[in-house]
Amino acid sequence: MTLTLSDLRTKKQVGDRVFRYSTLVGGAVILIVLALIAYTISSKSSLIFRTEGLDFFTERRWAPSADKPVFGALSFIYGTAITALIAVLLAVPVSLGLALFTTQVAPKWLKKPLVTLTDTVAVVPSVVFGLWGIIYLAPKLVGFFKNLSGWFDGIPVLSSIFGTVSAGRSFLTAGLILAVMITPIITSLAREVIETCPQTDRDGALALGATRWEMITGAVMPHSVGGIVGAVMLGLGRAMGETIAAALVIGSSPTITANIFSSGDSLPSVIAFQWGEATSDEKRSALIAMGLTLFVLTLIVNFAATAVVTRAMKRMQGAS
Amino acid sequence: MNRTKKSSAIVAGILSLSLIAAACGSDEETTTTTEAAAATTTAAAADESTTTAAAAETTVAGGVETTAAPTESSTAMSADTGVAVDYAALQGDLVSSGATFPKAFYDEAIATLAEEAPDLVIEYGGGGSGKGRSDLQEKVVDFAGTDSTVKEEDFAKFTGGEFVYVPTVLAPITLSYNMAGIDELQLTPATIAAIFQLEITNWSDPLIAADNPDATLPDEAIVVARRADGSGTTDNFSKFLNAAVGPDTTGEWLLGTGSELEWPEGTQAGDGNSGVAQIISSTEGAIGYVDLSDANANGFKFAAVQNKAGNFVLPTLDATTAAAEGVEVKDDLTFFVGWADGDQAYPIAAQTWIIAYTTQDDPAKAENIRGFLTYLLTEGQELAPSIDFAPLPDELREMAMANIAKIGA
Repeated sequence: MTLTLSDLRTKKQVGDRVFRYSTLVGGAVILIVLALIAYTISSKSSLIFRTEGLDFFTERRWAPSADKPVFGALSFIYGTAITALIAVLLAVPVSLGLALFTTQVAPKWLKKPLVTLTDTVAVVPSVVFGLWGIIYLAPKLVGFFKNLSGWFDGIPVLSSIFGTVSAGRSFLTAGLILAVMITPIITSLAREVIETCPQTDRDGALALGATRWEMITGAVMPHSVGGIVGAVMLGLGRAMGETIAAALVIGSSPTITANIFSSGDSLPSVIAFQWGEATSDEKRSALIAMGLTLFVLTLIVNFAATAVVTRAMKRMQGAS
Repeated sequence: MNRTKKSSAIVAGILSLSLIAAACGSDEETTTTTEAAAATTTAAAADESTTTAAAAETTVAGGVETTAAPTESSTAMSADTGVAVDYAALQGDLVSSGATFPKAFYDEAIATLAEEAPDLVIEYGGGGSGKGRSDLQEKVVDFAGTDSTVKEEDFAKFTGGEFVYVPTVLAPITLSYNMAGIDELQLTPATIAAIFQLEITNWSDPLIAADNPDATLPDEAIVVARRADGSGTTDNFSKFLNAAVGPDTTGEWLLGTGSELEWPEGTQAGDGNSGVAQIISSTEGAIGYVDLSDANANGFKFAAVQNKAGNFVLPTLDATTAAAEGVEVKDDLTFFVGWADGDQAYPIAAQTWIIAYTTQDDPAKAENIRGFLTYLLTEGQELAPSIDFAPLPDELREMAMANIAKIGA
């Protein structure tokens, strides 16, 4: 029995073909599912855009069961934005510090467990964070919030941001919980980006007499800044879309205020809590439209993140 | 190899340390909550002794529940209502969904009925009044529980034709609060409206002081807790305020009525009765409306509310049944039990109905539905107080039995 060249070729071609089509199907399924989701939510939300028009985005009143119902998404969009912003502001310094510490400073024996631990935080289900938030964190934070509010009392601008405290569920509590949730994501992405910084660059900086801090700011950061921005934006996308953890601690009271100690509401939270009793067509449509808004916002953030990361990657490959 | 072992040991060490820390922390929590519960149990006991009848009824019902033999109960029933149902002969299954407020009561009744009717399988899925009504419209369920009545424009959506309301049970809605230093609280509807519209924000406000001349009120901020989801409890609470101090009367309550309201900014909202209860229990200075069973389960203190006759009444089961006695019932058996006449009537209460089609496709199904509903209105009524629900007054119960008889095939 001899194996001819033609035998080999057909065998190889069958395997190739199967592989090619299976990957093609896999890719197509993702696109089709995404397209179907986009189609369904836009068609189901069209009713509210026909009746309310663009006022839906600028109206702050949400009164679905009033005699003359009003459907405005502004306070929910505001709540989503402000909590995601707080989360990113709190998470970025911690994540960057962690990423730099594990890659540049930490001794080898500490590096592995630290990486494992941060990744473990990433797999904690969000509802667990939410429950921890309402049962433990929110009641404990009231005293701290009151102190904070007291310190800034009387100072313009700051006294309206750190305004009066009523209870533990607030924009800041939700932002804190979200910050804990997105820290591991930003950390591990930032760590991977930083690790791609060539050893030669770092050695060069150190050889020129740079301290470790100067090496990080002079060699590592310029190299990784694009990737880090991408990591932060992915974290932002996650924070905006997070539902149950934010819903449990935000207070569910649609509010637009600079006071971060006030209770508020967010897009995913109002959908989760009010869908069950959404019996009127308009209300259903309005909630779906909020889903659409969230979908578009997170898509924009994610696309921007991907674009930033790819550009940074290209530049890095060119440099090294 | 050695290194990975070492690092995983470190991870394990840190994790177990944090677990131990958590365990210690939660220990602390439990002791404090038990203390609080103990403290409030005595308060609850004091409440009960003032309304001895309620307590007595509860124990009687408990006795019946454990000793009820099938023969005894069926004879009791025929004497009572003239309707005898041979539960043991019922066969088949019933699917239902709807209001979550009476779910504990229905589940309890289903469990005890199962002892008498082993071949009848009943499932009550909950999911909310809105879900129950739309499930019944599409005939996904055999009957539905609802806390609010069907709007006239929705009648056409019910594909099974005509349906009847069967009122099943009542329950008071408490104004529970968490404020150290206030052990007894009296509130008039006008004060309640002011609190829930955030017009007064401190416990020492003159309005509250006027309702409680003998109390020393602490200078603490009020935190209003309310429902985040659409809810029959919100609906009944707002209907009470609207009836008592709404635009048609004295005009203090301006948020209208409905299963969700346009609350002022700055309230705290929780998902479900238990979500509101969680806010109250964890927030010093909080006040919110929750049903009696959740209030009792959390050991809350609750306010005595001024009724239509001008008396301050605590939310007891007797006071709730008393409220239903003076209520105006429409021909289809819909009614609103809040803000009722009667010296001892508690003014904030919720009613609930089961709705079912009068024409069933299958005679056996009709018989099963009649059987279950009859059970709810006879022996079920005796179970109700043991789980913090108030039975219907006799007159209303007889009217409900007449509606059950309309369900046929």
